[in-house]
Amino acid sequence: MRRVLLRLLFVLALPALLVAIWWLASDNSTDVFWPPLRTIMRTFPDVWTAERLQDDVLPSVLRLTGGYALAAVVGVAAGTVIGSYRRVRAVCEPVLEFLRAVPPPVLVPVIMLFAGIDDTMKVTVIASGCVWPILLNTVEGVRAVDSVMAETARSYGIKGPARLTHLVLPSASPQIFAGLRQALSIGIILMVISEMFAASNGLGFTVVQFQRSFAIPDMWTGILVLGLLGFLLSVVFQLVERRALAWYHGLRASARRSP
Amino acid sequence: MHALAVSGLQKVYEGSGRRVEAVRDLTFTVDAGELVCLVGPSGCGKTTLLKCMGGLLTPTDGEVLLEGRKVNGPPPGMAFVFQEYGRSLFPWMRVAQNVELPLKQKGLSKSRRRELVADALESVGLTDAADAYPWQLSGGMQQRVAIARALAYEPQVLLMDEPFAAVDAQTRADLEDLVRGLWRERGITILFVTHDIDEAVYLGQRVIVLSSSPTVVREQLKVDLPDERDQLHTRVAPRFAELRTHVYEQIQAAKRGAGAVKTDTPPPR
Repeated sequence: MRRVLLRLLFVLALPALLVAIWWLASDNSTDVFWPPLRTIMRTFPDVWTAERLQDDVLPSVLRLTGGYALAAVVGVAAGTVIGSYRRVRAVCEPVLEFLRAVPPPVLVPVIMLFAGIDDTMKVTVIASGCVWPILLNTVEGVRAVDSVMAETARSYGIKGPARLTHLVLPSASPQIFAGLRQALSIGIILMVISEMFAASNGLGFTVVQFQRSFAIPDMWTGILVLGLLGFLLSVVFQLVERRALAWYHGLRASARRSP
Repeated sequence: MHALAVSGLQKVYEGSGRRVEAVRDLTFTVDAGELVCLVGPSGCGKTTLLKCMGGLLTPTDGEVLLEGRKVNGPPPGMAFVFQEYGRSLFPWMRVAQNVELPLKQKGLSKSRRRELVADALESVGLTDAADAYPWQLSGGMQQRVAIARALAYEPQVLLMDEPFAAVDAQTRADLEDLVRGLWRERGITILFVTHDIDEAVYLGQRVIVLSSSPTVVREQLKVDLPDERDQLHTRVAPRFAELRTHVYEQIQAAKRGAGAVKTDTPPPR
């Protein structure tokens, strides 16, 4: 119990300190663009009502989920194919490096041209940005399957789909998760950006809308909500990862104990 | 018919302008129910040979017959135990799942699989570790899991590639006795590759001494020690010393690259 409290203290100390500094430093602010934190906090419950959560936060989260899931499926599938065959890799690698180097936000106007300005566009933008880290990490993970494990599988006749599900994908999963983690932060960024371009709801749209109508404290609350959303998603991701990669963390810990 | 027949086996690696003849011409047989040890100087292509036999490598020339059928590709009647136990078990699966996976591939029913897994784990003394992950076990225990996996597979021939080279001496002695015990209990055919002369003589009914690379069979030696062997008495028996000295001399001669040296096989008692 004491250890839990101590841990909680460690986790909360710095955020609490930063909020306190912000609070004190902004308290006497008369600058319109830097309203006191006190004012922002007072505005918060008025702005983020249940209705708003449903009308703006929910659509954003759904778009993010859709784009992210699409990127995960495409990235892992294509990455597995590319990683498994040397010839395919040789053909694809230069193209992949180029596509990866294109900053995803620049694709928003392009994608708008053929996907319109509805949710399809936003999901496509999110997916097209998220897919690269997932794909490239999957390729590396699939390539790095241990040679002894591969031979073991071969000698016991484990091939085809069974080889994929019992050897290749589990073996690549730590790398795949590393890719998924990078993709998550890219996804949040693209979610906001795509909503800033052409949208009638969503978090990005709301923040821009507040800024344009000089509702500055409201705009700040939107930024806080985005931060909290990102934090929450990262916590959820960590929980999933810890569960899915329990074996990997255990293996690493045991390797550290006995080198 | 022999359980395993290797005839005229040759393996040449070719690549980047270099041509390496790892195995030149190997011919030997293993009978059903035999425990044969292959021993040779380090780097003599033992692993290459074993991989050719297991269908993991295609020989350049010659052939391997498993119960009369030519081996091309890993045959279902053969099971491997690798030296690198830590890299041969799947760390994302529990012990029982590791043992069960090849059986699923064989298409056995669930109840049969459960039976085989339980039986195999019991015979290596790891019933309690069924739900552990391999990395939670010691090296020796991990190698036991690999042996259990091979046993549950019910192979006609069990191939073991220096399985105890990476464990400590005491564990190694235990594992040697385990292998001999399993062999006597179950009557399986085992081909055991090692670079340890004492181990070869202690375990085998027959020891095949290989030359250095390019490899040929240098000598086949029948180990005329009694079937009841134990670490304490067998290893100090005079006959054991004679046999191991003989194998040792053969290997030293092989390292010097000497041809067929005439050191006579020590006469049976």
